[in-house]
Amino acid sequence: MKKYILPSLKITVAFLILCSVLYPLFIALVARLAPGQGRGETLSVNGKVVGYANIGQKFDQDKYFWSRPSAVAFNAAGSAGSNKGPSNPDYLKDVQAHIDTFLVHNPGVRKEEIPAELVTYSGSGLDPDLSPAGARVQVKRIAVVRGIPEATLYDLVNTQTEKPLLGLFGPAKVNVLKLNLALDRIK
Amino acid sequence: MFTELTGVVVSFLLVVILAFPLGRYIARVFKGERTITDFMNPLERLIFRFCGIDPHRKMNWKEFLKAMLTVNLLWFVYAFFAFLFQAHLPLNPDGNPNMTPDLSFNTAISFLVNCNLQDYSGETGVTYLTQLFVITFLQFVSAATGIACLIAVFNGLKEKTTNNLGNFWELFTKSITRILLPLCIVMATLLAFNGTPASYDAKDTITTVQGDTVQVSRGPAAGMIAIKHLGTNGGGWFGANSAHPLENPNYFTNMLEVIAQMLIPIAMIFALGFYINRKKFAYVIFGIMTVGMLCLVIPTILAEIHGNPLIAKMGIAQPTGAMEGKEVRFGPAASGYWSIVTTIISTGSVNAMHDSFMPVSGLMQMLGMLVNAFYGGCGVGILNYYIYIIIAVFISGLMVGRTPEFMGHKVEAREVKIAALVTLLSAFIIKGGTALAAYYFVHHANADWAVKPSAWLNNPGYHGFSEMLYQYTSSNANNGSGYEGLADNNPFWNITAGFAMILGRYLPIIGPLAIAGLLANKKYIPESAGTLKVDSLTFGVMTFAVIIIITALSYFPPLVLGPIAEYFSIH
Repeated sequence: MKKYILPSLKITVAFLILCSVLYPLFIALVARLAPGQGRGETLSVNGKVVGYANIGQKFDQDKYFWSRPSAVAFNAAGSAGSNKGPSNPDYLKDVQAHIDTFLVHNPGVRKEEIPAELVTYSGSGLDPDLSPAGARVQVKRIAVVRGIPEATLYDLVNTQTEKPLLGLFGPAKVNVLKLNLALDRIK
Repeated sequence: MFTELTGVVVSFLLVVILAFPLGRYIARVFKGERTITDFMNPLERLIFRFCGIDPHRKMNWKEFLKAMLTVNLLWFVYAFFAFLFQAHLPLNPDGNPNMTPDLSFNTAISFLVNCNLQDYSGETGVTYLTQLFVITFLQFVSAATGIACLIAVFNGLKEKTTNNLGNFWELFTKSITRILLPLCIVMATLLAFNGTPASYDAKDTITTVQGDTVQVSRGPAAGMIAIKHLGTNGGGWFGANSAHPLENPNYFTNMLEVIAQMLIPIAMIFALGFYINRKKFAYVIFGIMTVGMLCLVIPTILAEIHGNPLIAKMGIAQPTGAMEGKEVRFGPAASGYWSIVTTIISTGSVNAMHDSFMPVSGLMQMLGMLVNAFYGGCGVGILNYYIYIIIAVFISGLMVGRTPEFMGHKVEAREVKIAALVTLLSAFIIKGGTALAAYYFVHHANADWAVKPSAWLNNPGYHGFSEMLYQYTSSNANNGSGYEGLADNNPFWNITAGFAMILGRYLPIIGPLAIAGLLANKKYIPESAGTLKVDSLTFGVMTFAVIIIITALSYFPPLVLGPIAEYFSIH
């Protein structure tokens, strides 16, 4: 055993330098060229940062498109899902409460029009997106609150919808923060 | 839905297309032939000279194991104390606290053994120093340890009779300089350009559009997320792992990460064929493992895109499937696929919360970890499969009434005992651990511990039982994913799971290495008409049957109490 201790110590030092010092420093340097300079991409309004493009925000006012429920209240100092199992009776009551709240705030919407993501917690608690259906189902409410024609809002959702990767892979989605910033820009 | 399924299919096809040339390259590297990374030679020579290592010194299986275990022990001590005092060390811009001794014990083992079970949350539980100098470091060296040990077994298979399994230091060093590090640099760069943070800045505070003040955790994460997948480690920078929108920002990075975690395990199968020059043997293994994967993936994806029947009863639409614990940008198909890839491969990273998956998916995830050899982790996957092969050889020998032989060497009592011990041990750890936890939960629910047993579970009934079963399954398989509802950061879970991880790592490495060393030492018997053809489809099916029988016999009862019972309760 003894003759292996010294090489063990030295090889540990060697790979600490290589993998823990040089490698992350190199990546940090390369990332300076990336959007957001490796600090995370931010979005600004009038020069003031209002959020990170990839981090979801709480939107629960009627004049905005709502985000998905979050287990960490959209505070990205942490991240977590609800970790509720599919058969948990308390959890199912929670989902029912989300449905009821949504119906109260969105008169005229039928229950079967609500897509599941609007009443279930996301995995990270920071999900920045909705499915296009999840945005469209909220158009009626926003049209009434803001006095904007529904057709304009449907167009807005369409233009903000991001297609699947290369049009071939994965789901289509709408970034809620970008959608709401665009909504605020409509006169 | 169509584009979600094409994403899954193409992710799998791409990994096979990439793994084949990579496997050929890996074989060339360890044979010492010329490769495109020979520019690393001076760096390797420098490392060997600095460490006083002669990379050409041969090692038999005992010397090889001594070197491997010594350096692993050293890393454990280093990691344990680093976590224990991290608050006082530099590079802690968020001011995160020290770990408790039991958490430090669990976390040090977890990363040392390539498990990456995380009883802490990345944003608050560790510092940039421990993320980089302990976790990232261990993610590199634990993967390299696995690869080095597998190449040692390859060396035993390659020669007719030998007691030389190769030099541990050389195999270990080349695993990093020739395989892991170059791939990581490419992947980390791609991640950084897709929005994953890579700078050393502390967390940011912002005011949102609605006027809330929130913080955003960041850090030099891209490099760690690359090795986390390429090294089949799985431990995330952030608490939500690859469900976190900075750790896995879009569908492209999702494909990249799911491909990266399968890449080296599959490449190692092809490398086996090239290295010992038995390509058909490798293709049969690849075929059997792929069939195994499909048996788990297909029911999972179907269950997830079908949605939760109890939510369907409430009358809302689940056009994309079950969304609890999932992210919109991936969708249930890609998340279902990932959840199986990550459990068969021993990565344990997640892009959706496993605690919230449908019962069928939970069953498949656990089966993936219980078998732990459908591709399996970096290096160790084939080591696990090697054990199944030895048992299959033994049973085949019994069936035809001949002394079992494997690649020209007699498989005798000693080797079979080792293989049986390794197999049975897993069943003992997983079921024993779960039984112990369930006992405390039921009979000492209010024991005055750090967390009372009655508060351990986040879900009642069958699903709660699954949370405990999953934790030991994941620990023993060195997987590291979890039903995160389990309150696992307390002495009971930290310590028991810690021991499950140690046993689940070193015995399945020591066992195959010892068998390979013992077999390679024996007299070579030339092939004859009566020799068992291990590269035939028949033998492949035989191995598959052994895997199914062992798993079914060992684990059917606890699986009935957990996911299977839950399935029938909601359908």
